[in-house]
Amino acid sequence: MNILKKHWWKFLALALVSYAILGGLLLEVPRLAILNETIRNLYFHVTMWFGMIILLLVSVIYSILYLSKGKNEYDFRAVEFANIGILFGVLGIITGMLWATYTWGEPWSGDAKQNTSAIALLIYLAYLVLRGSIEDEQQRARISAIYNIFAFAALIPLLFILPRLTDSMHPGNGGNPGFNYYDLDDKLRLVFYPAVVGWTLLGVWLVSLRVRLKEIALKLINDN
Amino acid sequence: MKKLLIIACMLFSIELMAQDGKYKVTDADYDNDKVEMADTMRSNGKIYVVVGVIFILFMGITFYLYSIDKKVSALEKEIENPQEQ
Repeated sequence: MNILKKHWWKFLALALVSYAILGGLLLEVPRLAILNETIRNLYFHVTMWFGMIILLLVSVIYSILYLSKGKNEYDFRAVEFANIGILFGVLGIITGMLWATYTWGEPWSGDAKQNTSAIALLIYLAYLVLRGSIEDEQQRARISAIYNIFAFAALIPLLFILPRLTDSMHPGNGGNPGFNYYDLDDKLRLVFYPAVVGWTLLGVWLVSLRVRLKEIALKLINDN
Repeated sequence: MKKLLIIACMLFSIELMAQDGKYKVTDADYDNDKVEMADTMRSNGKIYVVVGVIFILFMGITFYLYSIDKKVSALEKEIENPQEQ
């Protein structure tokens, strides 16, 4: 995990998010009815969800690693990646509600994807509650690692399959035109993909700080 | 330029205010588009100012994050070599 102590990727995160902010607010975007300038939320709201999926994927990988290798460091990397992933998800829900207020007419319209993403977040919050409720370290690590695998297995159908089976106002779901309708426009992609990488790296930076603090705390406990 | 200087002086100097103004600023001065001002930041409903504010906030928060990062590094060093300080 020495890469977490190197600096270059933090500057990369800084540069990419700066590009997302400046390019995302100033570069040309398609002029679509109802969406208007809010289409720029693609670089901020949608990237939160992409970042969340990536962080939670890394979290579940660490959980699987813990179950196979049994090293504690895998366990607290799993929980910190989940923590920041959940933070991104909560920010995604809140920004989505603000966006929906002005494009769909109300913050919570019971849209299929809104509901399933809220359920997914509750499942992950239960992961944190579960961890908090088990005193024994090994038990906590093992049970929560297994729960994390189930949580991720539920996350994928909740976000990517169920909303497509019914009607959702999110692009690419239900009767709505696919994501490509506007998202895969070349000019949007030029900012969108760097923005996803930038926000995700920023999340990894937060994760790395929390992991390092935890390691320091553990060393202090072990030394005394 | 002169007008601008006088406006600036009137804003910042009580003494000049007391002289009862050799030049009176009228509405026409505010509508005068011959004088070059920082117009880029004022175009499009001044949206660029907002872009600037968001960017400064992001830089500030990131800088704070970086300083936390450094403190964590210092702690790590101290734990690895406690005698050195």
